[in-house]
Amino acid sequence: MKDTHKPEVAVDSNTLKFTARNVQVYYGDTHAIKDVSVDIGDTSVTAFIGPSGCGKSTFLRCLNRMNDTIPICRVTGDILLDGEDIYDSRVDPVQLRAKVGMVFQKPNPFPKSIYDNVAYGPRIHGLVSNKAETDEVVETSLRRAALWDEAKDRLLQPGTGLSGGQQQRLCIARAIATSPEVLLMDEPCSALDPIATAQIEELIDELSHRLSVVIVTHSMQQAARVSQKTAFFHLGVLVEHGDTGQIFTNPVDPRTESYITGRIG
Amino acid sequence: MTDPTGSPAAATLFAQDSRTQKRNASEARFRAYGLAAVVVAMLALVVLLTSVLSNGLGAFRQTFVVFYITLDAKPIDPKGNRDPAEMAKVTTFGYAKIIQSALETALADHGLATGDASKKDITGLLSKEAPAKLRDMVLADPTLIGRTIRFETFATGRIDGYFKGRVTMETAARDNNTSPEQLRLADKMRAAGLISVGFNPYFLTGPDASELRPEAAGLGIAILGSAYMMIIVLVLALPIGVAASVYLEEFAPQNWLTDIIEVNISNLAAVPSIVFGILGLALFINFAGLPQSAPLVGALVLTLMTLPTIIISTRASLKSVPPSIRDAALGIGASKMQTVTHHVLPLAMPGILTGTIIGLAQALGETAPLLLIGMVAFVRDFPSAPPEGFFDPAAALPVQVYNWTQRADPAFVERASGAIIVLLVFLLIMNAVAIMLRRRFERRW
Repeated sequence: MKDTHKPEVAVDSNTLKFTARNVQVYYGDTHAIKDVSVDIGDTSVTAFIGPSGCGKSTFLRCLNRMNDTIPICRVTGDILLDGEDIYDSRVDPVQLRAKVGMVFQKPNPFPKSIYDNVAYGPRIHGLVSNKAETDEVVETSLRRAALWDEAKDRLLQPGTGLSGGQQQRLCIARAIATSPEVLLMDEPCSALDPIATAQIEELIDELSHRLSVVIVTHSMQQAARVSQKTAFFHLGVLVEHGDTGQIFTNPVDPRTESYITGRIG
Repeated sequence: MTDPTGSPAAATLFAQDSRTQKRNASEARFRAYGLAAVVVAMLALVVLLTSVLSNGLGAFRQTFVVFYITLDAKPIDPKGNRDPAEMAKVTTFGYAKIIQSALETALADHGLATGDASKKDITGLLSKEAPAKLRDMVLADPTLIGRTIRFETFATGRIDGYFKGRVTMETAARDNNTSPEQLRLADKMRAAGLISVGFNPYFLTGPDASELRPEAAGLGIAILGSAYMMIIVLVLALPIGVAASVYLEEFAPQNWLTDIIEVNISNLAAVPSIVFGILGLALFINFAGLPQSAPLVGALVLTLMTLPTIIISTRASLKSVPPSIRDAALGIGASKMQTVTHHVLPLAMPGILTGTIIGLAQALGETAPLLLIGMVAFVRDFPSAPPEGFFDPAAALPVQVYNWTQRADPAFVERASGAIIVLLVFLLIMNAVAIMLRRRFERRW
């Protein structure tokens, strides 16, 4: 476990966005995340991989305090965003979530128009003050989510009428409309077909030039394709994390090797 | 039989084996039970509606007697100064005489021989309401004095019953309140145009009348009282119910206290309504000192009774909003409150409204608690306009039905069924509104 801290040095080429130290998560009596320490760089993609139930989604949800909505969930340890402890009592999770956006496994557009879906975040955070500004944010976000060409003629139609892949890109557009610094993605492609998956992956690559993307995925190929850093979770423990290439070609821990070669998981 | 293992190779798909036959038979039986249940339910509904409609539709038609009265000044304004205070000293007895002579004149004018009908039979044609009605007309407009006016009044319940087939010559012969001679005279008067049968708006707008005047009894106060109560119930129960449900469903911590509250809300929904009546009597009338028979008190009791229904249905519809919508809103930094008001509540709205209207419909038809808080009283005076009217004595539709079914005169059977029809129409309207609102909100996805 000690050697998992070494790659910190290697991350120095990027500025760090998140720094997690000795994070423990309990669901009631269940110890779901055991002593995880990990760094997440800015303007890059970090992938969390691991078998089902290993805690990677739980850990992801700690990063924007979505776990706060689960009453029995308890988080200890330090998670710093730009050096500030996000679990500090002075931090309002609502403000945090405006900075750390999230895209979920199942596309979940609001049952409103495409336009209102994207405009919702900027509106509630007061980022736009008039129609022209809102229009601009909506267009920019949809363009960055590679949905503008398909959606520009039907902005006022319900977002739920789009195809699955389009819905997921709409959710991404919605998440980036508030200009977050980090985008958390919880298995964003697991409900999508290969073509839609490829589009989303391309999009993730685009987005990572401007912000930090953390993606949870079941697909090791996807992790290998999109991420620069990979963290492997197993049974609530962060087994290994480092450069994606190194994890997949030359894993240090035997468990990592077993997982990526398909023997556990 | 020769193949105890039942090898499928021996079976053909073109014949059902005994197991399949059994299964199909039991399925057919099950369907038959279901169909039978539906048929029984529909039959019950048809029987109920037929009986209510056949009994009650007559209440909307009434027998009227129409004739002309010349209002001489002498008997009704002895001092001749048209002072309403002085004129009010003439009681209905004075007017009864005027009406009697005017009716006799009218009969003579139409050349109708009174036959064997006595004087009592002739005046007995008219509702006991008639003198009071004429007196009210004159007091309201003294300029009528000295003129000849067209006077339309109800025939008595017996005459009305005769034209509706409830009273026959045989029953009249045994009846102290009417006689075959009177009925024959009524037949002649109808032929001469002095008696007509027509739609009776007074049934919907008039106040209740005493036991002796079924023909004059109306639902006006009951409808108004029920409407007042529904307004107050809606205004109180919807916000309280929705606020309580949203708190319990979205904000409250899960602990033993909320568990107890939850169990008790379910229990309250099952508490017999008369218990709420006793509660209302003790709390609102004895303790808070609110007036008896007031729509406000009735509404407060019905609100208590409706709240559990609204809370349960609202919580169910809040629960049915997919959690992914809450995640989505929270994930882009909406506060809990924004998540609820912007996303969860609008999506739950059809269910909330349906539950509310079902609760209101239940409250509209509720009788027992209203009996206890005095809404069973005989009320002749219309309550004033809201909000003062909420404190005035009033009746309620279901209580009016209960009242009328208790009265001896058979004419009230028709009246009670008529009131049931009115009640059912209101319930149908409310359900239609519920369906409409649900459609409308659902279309907004």
